[in-house]
Amino acid sequence: MSTSFTRYTGTMAPLPIQNIDTDQIIPASYLKVTDRSGLASGLFSRWRYRDGDPEGDPISDFVLNRAEHGAARILLAGDNFGCGSSREHAPWALVGYGFRAVISTSFADIFRSNALKNGLLVVPVAEDVSAALFDAVAADPATEVTIDLEAQALSLPGGGETNFEVDPFARRCLLDGTDQLGYLLNQAPAIQAFEATHPARLDTRSG
Amino acid sequence: MSRPRTLFEKIWRRHVVPPEGVTAEAEGLPATIYVDLHLVHEVTSPQAFTELAERGLPVRRPDLTLATMDHSTPTDPSIDDARLRVLDPEGSAQLDRLQANCERYGIPLYAMGDERRGIVHVIGPELGATQPGMTVVCGDSHTSTHGAVGALAFGIGTSEVGHVLATQCLLQHRPKTYEMRVDGRLPEGVVAKDIILAVIARLGIGGGTGHVFEYTGEAIRALDMEGRMTVCNMSIEGGARAGLIAPDEVTFSYLEGRPMAPAGDAWEAALDDWRSLPTDEGAVYDRTTTLDGSALEPMVTYGTNPGMAIPIAGAVPEDDAIEPEKRASFRKALDYMALEPGQQLQGKPIDVVFVGSCTNSRYSDLVAAANVLRGRKVADGLRVLIVPGSDAVKRQAERDGLAQVFVDAGAEWREAGCSMCLAMNGDQLAPGQYAVSTSNRNFEGRQGAGGRTFLASPLTAAASAITGRVTDVREVLS
Ligand code: SF4
Repeated sequence: MSTSFTRYTGTMAPLPIQNIDTDQIIPASYLKVTDRSGLASGLFSRWRYRDGDPEGDPISDFVLNRAEHGAARILLAGDNFGCGSSREHAPWALVGYGFRAVISTSFADIFRSNALKNGLLVVPVAEDVSAALFDAVAADPATEVTIDLEAQALSLPGGGETNFEVDPFARRCLLDGTDQLGYLLNQAPAIQAFEATHPARLDTRSG
Repeated sequence: MSRPRTLFEKIWRRHVVPPEGVTAEAEGLPATIYVDLHLVHEVTSPQAFTELAERGLPVRRPDLTLATMDHSTPTDPSIDDARLRVLDPEGSAQLDRLQANCERYGIPLYAMGDERRGIVHVIGPELGATQPGMTVVCGDSHTSTHGAVGALAFGIGTSEVGHVLATQCLLQHRPKTYEMRVDGRLPEGVVAKDIILAVIARLGIGGGTGHVFEYTGEAIRALDMEGRMTVCNMSIEGGARAGLIAPDEVTFSYLEGRPMAPAGDAWEAALDDWRSLPTDEGAVYDRTTTLDGSALEPMVTYGTNPGMAIPIAGAVPEDDAIEPEKRASFRKALDYMALEPGQQLQGKPIDVVFVGSCTNSRYSDLVAAANVLRGRKVADGLRVLIVPGSDAVKRQAERDGLAQVFVDAGAEWREAGCSMCLAMNGDQLAPGQYAVSTSNRNFEGRQGAGGRTFLASPLTAAASAITGRVTDVREVLS
């Protein structure tokens, strides 16, 4: 799985709902996988298919089932996106489906951290920007925006751009493909030194 | 003397691994935080172990790692291993995978049949494994539960599970602190669950984002340890990754003598240390909110997130009480719940009562429910599941006669596990059903596709079990 991101231009799938939780993004019944693949069909399954069943009929007015948004690879969502469970299956499902970024006025902490580790960029925007984007997509589903991670800039449909915040470390990792586990492993000497001064509080094997 | 610090700050400082060469936080880099205890379960770990295997890495500290099976395990006592393989081959494969991974890396595992097994957030404190001043993580958002003992405990994603397995460390930006002060004495019938539902209703479910809660005040101090766990458990539902309560004599007497707690001289030394942890006089939090505990009432949720909660005698809000930009989501939630603005919940017929989950499945929760149900019968046609949080809780409840109270009342007495808290182990609502649940999430479909959840305390759940309707426990008890 690619975990890098530099710049992306494309259309948006609007989901103007607040507090979209990770149980909606990927229901628990999909969490029995032991790898990261095969989750795309479960993405938003309860909103996407009749009875939540990917084998069943698609719910025609759900955004991902609408022809004009089928190719969108940026999700434009309501406030506090990704709240609830810590399941990394949520970004895996979004990335598996093809999403490159999520734009919202805010993100839940664990989701944000999980998404950035999987090359899914989270783009926080101000309320007026969010409202303008929803309006633009409603007026013309083909509206494109460009997300530029290097410049931390999001182009606006009417012209101009807005800057967005992103954790500087995560940004660096996404831009140059730094592997976070590798970064931590490189700190092994410091970790070892720390352990020498920080005795274990328990031994789980003694229970 | 050093400047006054909060409990959070003290724990954080003790766990920052000093970086070599760079001054980490100054450059916007995350801190490297050492983890004292890593809890593992079957659902969020397989991909992390795969990552380790692919890179040929060992688990750095199996002695600080503890695994259990809880999410996908059946709670129907008639389902044994062989039947599970037929009924749920995928879930069964996931359990096998955890077993194989733990054997390969030498991680202690409480598998099916082990007397120490249970929901990860129930067994941690129960074993005395989670202790004041520790950092505790788990690939599960309700890891915040362990903050009740004064540990900095938070949920992580699967990539991070891999980081901790390989390095015993995590890359973390320092969160802000948020004091949640609950003054006063709780009225009769109002319990820990009502406190936390009221807190989340006040703040909204994103209100704690970027923060660690520290719960303070008379109403918090008066809670027993298990009540404190209920409060800390749902910190994540307020958006905070962690919730903390300063350790005190209640904490110490709870921990003393537990299997993994320090003993003898080590216990005395630990006590000295733990007494230095509470927030210093004059320390400053980034934010503070105060609630009057004496004004609280039993709470119940009406919507599809835990912040959509009202006092049980109240009514679903009217449209115009909701901010305009939130109205569409409010309407969507009411449509899902098939409720109307202004509607009373009290008296609403229900189909299922679920007493369980890492929020409310401990011994004292079962005692509370049993006290209401003793000598009474559950309503005709109502399904009532009582699911202990751990095998130890189950055995104690059976020894002490609580289990018999439930069975005599007509409830189902189940095996320990997550059960109907999340619909992935066979226990679930049917589409359209209403449940009063003591769990923590009322998200759409959380308890089964199309299922509708009213979150409430074990008292409210037990009272509702008797009437078959959403019921104010104070009416049953009076
Ligand atoms: S009981 Fe529910 S919330 Fe708690 S760990 Fe299990 S599934 Fe998660």
